[in-house]
Parts: sequence; structure tokens; C-alpha cells
Amino acid sequence: MFAFILRRLLATIPVLITVALFAFLLLRLTPSDPAAIIAGDTATAEQVAGIRAKLGLDEPIYTQFFIWTGKLLHGDFGESFYFKKTVAELIADRVEPTLALALCTIVLAILVAVPLGVIAARLHGSWIDRLMMGFSVLGFSVPVFVIGYCLLYVFARELRWLPSNGYNRLADGFGPWAQHIILPTLTLSVVYIALIARMTRASMLEVLSEDYVRTARAKGQIERRVLFRHALRNAAVPIVTVIGLGIALLIGGVVVTESVYSIPGLGRLTVEAVLARDFPVIQAVILLFSVVYVMINLAVDVIYSVLDPRIRY
Amino acid sequence: MASPVLEIRDLTVAIADSGGDRTNAIEQVSLQVMPGEIVCVVGESGSGKSVTSQAVMALLPKGQLMIASGSIKLEGDELTTKSPSEMRAVRGKRVAMVFQEPMTALNPVERCGDQIAEVLEIHTDLDAKGRRARVLEVMRSVHLPDPEQMADAYPHQLSGGQRQRVMIAMALVLDPAVLIADEPTTALDVTTQAQILKLIREMQQRRNTGVLFITHDFGVVSEIADRVVVMQKGRIVEQGSKAAILSAPREAYTKMLIGAVPSLVPPVRTAITAPVTLETVALNKTYGKRGFLQPAARVVKAVTDVSFEIRRGETLGIVGESGSGKSTVARCIARLVDPTSGRIDIDGVDIARMSERSLRPYRRRVQIVFQDPYRSLNPRRTVGQSIIEGPVNFGLPHADAIARARDLMGLVGLSPDALDRFPHQFSGGQRQRIAIARALAMEPTLLIGDEPVSALDVSVQAQVLQLLDAVRKKFDLAVLFITHDLRVAAQICDRIAVMQRGVVVETGPTAAVFSQPQHEYTRALFSAAPGQGFGNRIGAGQVADALPVAAV
Repeated sequence: MFAFILRRLLATIPVLITVALFAFLLLRLTPSDPAAIIAGDTATAEQVAGIRAKLGLDEPIYTQFFIWTGKLLHGDFGESFYFKKTVAELIADRVEPTLALALCTIVLAILVAVPLGVIAARLHGSWIDRLMMGFSVLGFSVPVFVIGYCLLYVFARELRWLPSNGYNRLADGFGPWAQHIILPTLTLSVVYIALIARMTRASMLEVLSEDYVRTARAKGQIERRVLFRHALRNAAVPIVTVIGLGIALLIGGVVVTESVYSIPGLGRLTVEAVLARDFPVIQAVILLFSVVYVMINLAVDVIYSVLDPRIRY
Repeated sequence: MASPVLEIRDLTVAIADSGGDRTNAIEQVSLQVMPGEIVCVVGESGSGKSVTSQAVMALLPKGQLMIASGSIKLEGDELTTKSPSEMRAVRGKRVAMVFQEPMTALNPVERCGDQIAEVLEIHTDLDAKGRRARVLEVMRSVHLPDPEQMADAYPHQLSGGQRQRVMIAMALVLDPAVLIADEPTTALDVTTQAQILKLIREMQQRRNTGVLFITHDFGVVSEIADRVVVMQKGRIVEQGSKAAILSAPREAYTKMLIGAVPSLVPPVRTAITAPVTLETVALNKTYGKRGFLQPAARVVKAVTDVSFEIRRGETLGIVGESGSGKSTVARCIARLVDPTSGRIDIDGVDIARMSERSLRPYRRRVQIVFQDPYRSLNPRRTVGQSIIEGPVNFGLPHADAIARARDLMGLVGLSPDALDRFPHQFSGGQRQRIAIARALAMEPTLLIGDEPVSALDVSVQAQVLQLLDAVRKKFDLAVLFITHDLRVAAQICDRIAVMQRGVVVETGPTAAVFSQPQHEYTRALFSAAPGQGFGNRIGAGQVADALPVAAV
């Protein structure tokens, strides 16, 4: 297992180099000039050229790439053109809201969706099953921002139970933090609840017809244990796969949700950086996200082998 | 006289939405099991023997089958009126069950010891330490080697026989009054089967357990039964002592079932001297290779230096237990897997390493009929589409292919008008006939049967064997017949190759191999076959004249 994790970590190196190259090239090849944006509308050509020289944008592209990767290896992500801060500081500032939102979403989704899926599978074909699956289709098809504005309208505007925007750091107290995170978490988790519940149901349906489920019943085991002890663990591999994919896809949802609720997280930062052609920030965010993807994949593979002793690497 | 531990009286189980031909799965079933007695319930698929056992366990599929009338008494205690939670207290404790497939009947993600301990968790107050002690004790009593280690192993780390021992340990850990064994040895190799039968006998005698033993195999019946109950289409046809049923059956159905069991004594056959169709020379297949960043090579030799030949019009049988490499040989010859080394000559041309393009004309010459006709036909295509697909791929005009398919349907004993139907509209035996027609549509010179009758009921099995033999004669085919069933091999094969761990240990004319086995393994294999003395009169279940011939 240890050797496997080490091998997988080594294998991420070429992946990250490729991602870095793409991130770098993609932005250089877009027809826009950050120097002009920074200089503003009234700048002269000399001023723009000066800024360009200062940022190193007048060097040939490959020189720029090597300077940039060299700095990366020393942990230097450069300085934001637009925010006038180092990128590392900027990301450190913005990472907590996103992390909190993502974690709350995933935890909520798993806690709600897995039992729902198990119940639906157990009551396969009943009205409860059909109702749950009906809701899950709805959950898939309604866009995140529509769900967000609906929740805002009901809970923030009409009922006035929860704040409509912003984020409170966990360090400033749990209460205010929780108040601010509830609506965004609900918004974002709907689609994942739908996804994970469907997968759980499908996977459980398959497993429930297996012989060892019958064996468990023949032992006199109670139904709850038959479902959760014997069936669910066997059904878990596809469910974990979907959860892993879900976390990866979460990033897109985070961008929208953070915009709806004006949360100063990485999603908002990404949008702002893209609009400002803030290359160093965009590149750092892309790299960060791809590291997260790779780590999630690794975690999923490790969880597989924990869940199923037949899977060995 | 002792009173029965299990008494079933006039039991009828109804089918909920019976759109089919039967309203009841079983009707008016009455039987009893005395303490220390083994009662074998014999019947073909659909006879209701498994439904009977499920009814006793109250494990009938919910909403599909339900007890309509009758009574089931366990040690005098009525089971049919018990609530689900009362039944849970009975299951696993007073009546336990061993299933057919030890691979799938055990939870693959839980340690074997924990699965046995679960029974104790449910039904006793033992603490973890006490449970562990009991688990090790019962594992020792079913002769599992090194119980400490086995208890911590996962099912996939055990052999099939060991898994079935774990199942038996699980069933017997609380000393139930009744053990229901539902085809417990059907999925096992013949040598393992002999050991498991012995174990069931031993455990049952030591504990005086009453056993309801469900099987389709008369060899097993003759080995283990005290009394026999014969079922057909949900009803009991006949019951009595083993001696009475096996040697003097009264009912025609019982006579037919027993008569259809192939004899272990091969008929006299003349050696075939026609030209050689298939010859393999030093065929090898190894799996696994050194991977990138993977230090030690884990190479499995599936097939080692296999050489044999089959002449036109001849049937060569490969017999062996699971893992002996017999199916791998077949797949290499059909080039479904690529052999690692060696030669495969079809009509004198070596196809072992031919490219896919030059292999194409030879593909049609080698056709396979697989074991499971339920899965080897595409369920979404009509059987006609399945049959003509091959010939059309090889350039036969559509209309000609259809005409050929109609001829072949008649040949295998089915109506040509059935070409528009889908596989699920046929029975298992009919589907296997279709699979044979599909293979013949390609006009092969070599027909491979990979356990083609193993999934079929014994009466149907005899008919399909007869059909295979008839088409061999009609088209002068070379046939490679792979089977684990020595009785079948004795009846259909001209020559036999015995395989063990990828190696052919013995070859020879069938009669010679059966009467004077040379290799130690062959002798072990033959002596393990259940019911040695049973059904061995010459001609029993013989292919040539057992049943009315289909239109050949």
C-alpha cells in the first residue's frame, strides 16, 4: 500500500508539469495585454511598455515559462498584477470560505444521500422510491443559481432567518459562521444529493440480489444490519467513485455559489482574476485545483482498497 | 419412535401475479425429516425444490411467492404463523442453510471468522472473546486447516472447498435441529465435492442433525441420502428409501430421470483414422508479466506444453477440475486469447500467431458452443439475427443466410418460424440448440463445446448430447468437448485428455482411460466421482438411443 501511494505521488509529477505548461500557454495565447489593463485607459505607450518590462512580459515566451516554473519550485507564485499582493497571500486569504463550503457540501450530501439511496433501494418500486427518484431528477436539472436565488428569497428575504450574503470566519465564532454557510451549502449540495442518492440506489439494488445478502437473512440478521453491514459496504465502490467525481466537479459549482452569495472565496477570486487578466493568480489557481484533483483521485483509490479487500495495488 | 424434526404437510406456495402457466410454485407438498436423517429432494429446474426450502426458512421472495396453505413444523413448532421477528430468532439458530455457490454466498468484504461470529452475535450473549473461541472451535470441527489464520482471511483468499467449509461451520455453529443444504456441492470440483459430502455426513451424524438436501444429481443422492423425495413441476412425484427409489422407481418420471443419468462405463468405440483437423503442438499460455515499476514478475502458467490432435469426425474430451486450464486451451484454439507459444494447426495451417487479418478466413472454421446459453446469446437480438450474423459477415447474401438458418433450426429440432423470437422466449435446452445452430451456420470444421451441457437439467442434457453427436456425424466435424463431468465424457468422447494444473497428464481412448487410468491424478479424479456403483449398466443414458431423435 505504501509503495502504491509513493508510486502514485511520483506519477503526479508529469501530470502537474503538463498542467503547468497548459495553464501558462493558454493564457499567453489569449489576445489580451495585462500591462495595458494595469496601466489603465489614460496610459501612454511608454508607460505600458515600462509595465510590460517590469512584469517580464517582454521576454520570449519560453524564458517567461522557465522563470515562472523556477520561482514555483521555490514556492513563489509571483505577485498579482491586479490586487498588488503576492499570490500566496491572496490564496491564503480566500481559501477558508471555499474549503468550508466544499467540505460542508460534501458532508451534507453524503449524510443525506446515502441513507436516501439505501431506503429507496430497499423500498424499490414503492411510492417512496418513486418520490425520491422524482426529486433527484429535479435536483439534477435545476441550475445552481436558480436554487440559490429561490433559497435566498425564502430564507433571507421573506423569513429573514439567515443572512443573504458574505462570509464569517470560523475564528470569529461558530454561530455567525454557521449562519452564513447554511444557505450556500444547501444550494450547492442539492445536485450532489441527487447524484449520490441515485448512484447509491442503483448500486444497492444490484447488491441486494446477491447471495450473501440472502445468507445474512438466513442467519436471522435484522434488516437494518443486512442493509448497512452487508449490502452497503459491497455497494460502496461505485458510490465512492461518484463522490470523488462530485468533489472534482464541485469547483464549478463553487464559482457560481460564491457569486450568488458574495462569498470572498477562491471561486470569486478566479472570476475576478480572469476578468482582470491577472495571469499569476489564474495560473496558481489552476495548479492548486489540479493538485486537489490528483489528491482526491488518490484518496478514492486508497478508500477502494480499504472498502474491498479484493482490491490490492 | 422419535418424532420428526421437520414436518411439512400439504404445503402450497402461490405465485403472486401468475401470468404464467402455473398459479402455484409448489402444491400439496408433504415430507418429513427425522433427527439424524438425510432426506434428498431431487428434481429438475422448476420442480419447486428450492421454493420448498425457502418456505421453511421464510425467505420466499417478498411480493412474488407466498404460502397459501399447509403447515411447516420444526420440532413440533408451527413456523407458518410466526411473525418476521419470531422467524429471525429461528433462522440461523434452529434451522440453518448452506447454499450452492460458496463464492457468492459469503460476503466478500468481511473476514470469514467475523461472518461465522455474526450468527453468535445475533443469537447469543457471548462476548467477543467467547465468540472467537466458538468460531475457532467450529472451524476446527469442519477440518479447516489453521483456523486462527483462516478466521482472519477474506473469502477470496480461500479455495472453493474451504469456503464451503466456512459456510457449513456458519450453519452448524449453533447446532440447529435442521440443516437445509441447497445444492451444496454443485459448484465444486468432483474431488472437493467428495470431501464436502463426507463432511456433511460426519457433522450430521455427530450432532444428530436432520438434513434436507436439495440436489439434481443422482450420483450425489446415491452417495448421501437416507430417503429420497422426487419433485416435478411443484409436486412430489414419489418418495421412499434410497434403495427403493434408485433401484425400483415406480413412477415414469423417476425412471426417466434415473435413466437419463449417463453411465460411467463408456461404450465400445472404434478408433477413427480420418485426416487430422486440429493439431496443437507444445501449446503454452502464461498470464501476467513484469510491469512498469513493478519489481517481481507474477507469472501464472495456465497451459503448459499441451499437444493433441483431433481427427475429422472424432470427439476429443478434455476433462479436469476448475483451474486445470481446459477452457484456456479451448480459447487459445479459437484464438479468443493469444497463446504464448506453440502451434495450432487447423487443417495443416498454423494459426497460433497469425495476424487478425489473415486469421479471418480461419475464424469460421472453429466455432464454440459455450456453457451458459442464457448468457451466450444477445438478449436484444432475435435468434435469427444471431444465427445469420456470422455468415453475413463472411459475405453470404442475407436471403441465403436466412434460408440456411431455417434449415438449421429444423436440424436442431426447433421450428424455423421461431427465428423471429428472442432468446428469453426459449428454455435452457432450446437456447443451447440455438447456440449449436449458430455455430453450425458458419460451416466449421472444428466445433468446440465448452461445458455445453453443464448448465442443463439431466433429461435435457441427454437430448443436447444426442444432438451434438448427430451433427458431428452429419457434418463429419472434429469436436473438442470440454467438461468436468466424467459421466458425460464417458458417453460422448472417442478419446480423452485429462488435464491438471495446465498439463495434460494422460490421453487415450475413452474406454482405456476409464478402465485402466494410468496417472495418479486420473485415478483420484475417477474415484471421487459420486455414486460409483450407480447407473452403470451398459447403455444407461447412452447418447445413441436414449430419446426420440430430433429431426436430424
